[in-house]
Amino acid sequence: MLTMIGKRLMFAIPSLIGVVIVTFLLTRALPGDPAAYFAGPAATKEAVEQIRKKLGLDKPLIEQFFRYTNDLAHGDFGNSLTTGQPVAAEIRNRLPASAELTLLGLFVSIVIAIPLGVLAATRPGSWIDHLCRITTTAGVSLPVFFTGLVLVYVFYFRLGWSPAPLGRLDVFYSAPPTVTGFYLIDTLIARDLEAFRSALSQLILPATTLAIFSLAPIARMTRASMLAVLASDFVRTARASGLSPGTVIVTYAFRNAMLPVITTLSMVFSFLLGANVLVEKVFAWPGIGSYAVEALISSDFAPVQGFVLTMAVMYVLLNLIIDILYGVIDPRVRLEG
Amino acid sequence: MKRRDFLKSVTGVAAGALVPAPAIFSPAKADARSETLLIVSEGGPNNLDIHGVGTNVPGYEVSWNCYDRLITHEMKSGPGGVPYYDRDKFKGELADDMKIDDMSVTFKLKKNAKFHDGTPVAAKDVKWSLDRAVSVGGFPTFQMSAGSLTKPEQFVVVDDNTVRVDFAKKDRLTIPDLAVIVPCVVNSELVKKNASEKDPWGLEYTKQQTAGSGAYKLSKWTAGTEVIMERNDAWVGGPLPKIKRVIWRMVPQAGNRRALLERGDADISYELPFKDFQEMKANGKLNVVSLPFSNGIQYIGMNVTKPPFDNPKVRQAIAYALPYQKIMDVVLFGLANPMFGASADKATEVAWPQPTKYSTDMAKAKALLAEAGYANGFETTISFDLNFAGVNEPLCVLVQESLAQIGIKATINKIPGANWRTELNKKEMPLYTNVFSGWLDYPEYFFYWCYHGNNSVFNTMSYKSPEMDKLIDGARNAASTGDKAAYDSDVKGFVDLAYKDIPRIPLYQPFVNVAMQKNISGYQYWFHRRLDYRALVKA
Repeated sequence: MLTMIGKRLMFAIPSLIGVVIVTFLLTRALPGDPAAYFAGPAATKEAVEQIRKKLGLDKPLIEQFFRYTNDLAHGDFGNSLTTGQPVAAEIRNRLPASAELTLLGLFVSIVIAIPLGVLAATRPGSWIDHLCRITTTAGVSLPVFFTGLVLVYVFYFRLGWSPAPLGRLDVFYSAPPTVTGFYLIDTLIARDLEAFRSALSQLILPATTLAIFSLAPIARMTRASMLAVLASDFVRTARASGLSPGTVIVTYAFRNAMLPVITTLSMVFSFLLGANVLVEKVFAWPGIGSYAVEALISSDFAPVQGFVLTMAVMYVLLNLIIDILYGVIDPRVRLEG
Repeated sequence: MKRRDFLKSVTGVAAGALVPAPAIFSPAKADARSETLLIVSEGGPNNLDIHGVGTNVPGYEVSWNCYDRLITHEMKSGPGGVPYYDRDKFKGELADDMKIDDMSVTFKLKKNAKFHDGTPVAAKDVKWSLDRAVSVGGFPTFQMSAGSLTKPEQFVVVDDNTVRVDFAKKDRLTIPDLAVIVPCVVNSELVKKNASEKDPWGLEYTKQQTAGSGAYKLSKWTAGTEVIMERNDAWVGGPLPKIKRVIWRMVPQAGNRRALLERGDADISYELPFKDFQEMKANGKLNVVSLPFSNGIQYIGMNVTKPPFDNPKVRQAIAYALPYQKIMDVVLFGLANPMFGASADKATEVAWPQPTKYSTDMAKAKALLAEAGYANGFETTISFDLNFAGVNEPLCVLVQESLAQIGIKATINKIPGANWRTELNKKEMPLYTNVFSGWLDYPEYFFYWCYHGNNSVFNTMSYKSPEMDKLIDGARNAASTGDKAAYDSDVKGFVDLAYKDIPRIPLYQPFVNVAMQKNISGYQYWFHRRLDYRALVKA
């Protein structure tokens, strides 16, 4: 197992180098001029030049690149101009916020989607199959920001059940001391139940929004995969041998149907993590997606590069975890690997 | 891990998460609420020091409230009875006394003024701060130069409590320029301790924390998320503010900012769409204050160096073809001052901004275009800044439609915010809309930047006219020597000329809109258009 992990990490190095070069060039190819942008509305030409010099943007591209890679090698991702903070620190602070939200959303989604998919597959054409089809179609066809806004409108503005969409904690609570960066866990470690409750209630609406969106791929994939497995010989044998339907479906069919579902889960997770910008915007969530987009809008190079690099590393790790999970779930994969 | 264990542990976690969290409520929360002001806005600061590199506008708000200046403006009653800063009246903030001589001004500092860390404010701090403002380059240095404050030698320490500012030349804007945000007084010893060889002015240090003597001090700043400020109970710059704590949260979604206000969770917000402001005004649940930008105009600019806009007749034709009233109604929902359609016999005033005599008249526009030799129209592009797309986009669509009626085919060119200034600096866009407003509310100041032949960045049209330059220079001179008759005639002269040559067509004077709960009072309009927490009261 260790050799496999080592090998996989080795393979990832060239792609990471590629990512570094491509993001560097791409951000430089953006049309905006950061010096003019950050010199402010009242800047003269000389002021713009002064800023350019301070930012090191007057140097030739190749020199900028070497400086950048050198900083990177020292763990320095550079400074964001829009927020004024070091990029590494910002990503460290914001990644847990996005991850907590995404994981919870994904979790809610799994809890609903997998049983729904399994039930739909065991009774194709029944009302539950139609329910599955309708929910997934609705979930995937409603844009996330729309679902988010509707939820805010109904549960916060109209009913007043949900707290104000003001980020991770109510305004009057202070954040727990950082251990994992996940407020739900950190508040419990700090034994601050009040803050835990606040963090959880802030999470419910955005997590639901994400869950609604990610229901579709998971439920559909579970259903399709289950249908294929249920039609296979070993299930027929199991049924013919008189095993109870529950044992057949859960123990034999479901386990074998899980591989494609796990793959879908990893895809959905990484997609959500980077692409839940809109949810973060709607709920004023201090996540990594909105950070990257804001940086992009103001052609703030450092955060964009840092974001892409972090995401690349995350993808590599995620794929690795999924591969290991495959082995845990299906011993055949382990043998072949 | 065995696969059975794995599957089991997954279901275990699922079951654990279903246990509901205990409901606990805190009475302390309600108390904190009544002494705290919760502001929600779209963007937050990127730097807490206005002297920093590329500090954005929200950063100015922190500087304004956390730092003091030598002097500040008095308040007067503005439009609708809202307190409005008085351009011509000054009072001391850190200074007790201001004595203006022929070529210098001397300030005596308040004896009991202290920085947030307890160090007394001394003359050397003032000198160091003003030196810093004229030396760091970029926006602060540029703003100082607008008041002819350019060299550190101009700031002289007379004794521990007295500072003299020497004038480089006579300039009416020198004193007002000492009351803008930039010449703030920084705790020089504290910042010097945290400065380095590479960063002699300690900009990296003051970027993250405030080092002033102002009415509020920063207690926490999470970039892009929130800024928390506490009242400085030892403040001597004015009466002690009523609000103890200010929490300023960034809420990017405008709809949610409105929801927060209407639900009563947030106290104040700005930067909402005009439609929301108009609806909130109409339903009366909140206080909505709308005040015109001092010295600000949204305009249509034309590049006068290239055909077809090098021909004044074409420019006048455009000025008659614009859908002014439609823009006011559809884009701004009436929340702006019209800058068009003055009656033909109205005399030019010694004031800025003032309406032009142009109004929508398609027949006249067509005739002028034909006279200029473009009877069949022409093709051009109209550009705007996407950062302000909420106003700019519908505005440009309306202009496009209108111009089509006189045969001008204009393609809309949307420019991303990061690129907008680069494009403006190039001075190549043939037709565009933009807004300009000056902190210093003087007509000659506006004209010097926007119409003078020295072709500053704001003269986006590349307009050059010796006659105009003579009038602007004349007015500046007359203002510094106090020659009112010459000043008045020069101001009227350059306004008339600007409207005859019409290189840029004024559309309207924008409003700054602020919505707040009914129990919030004391809002003051400042030239910088950001909030002054010091005067706000929460009942």
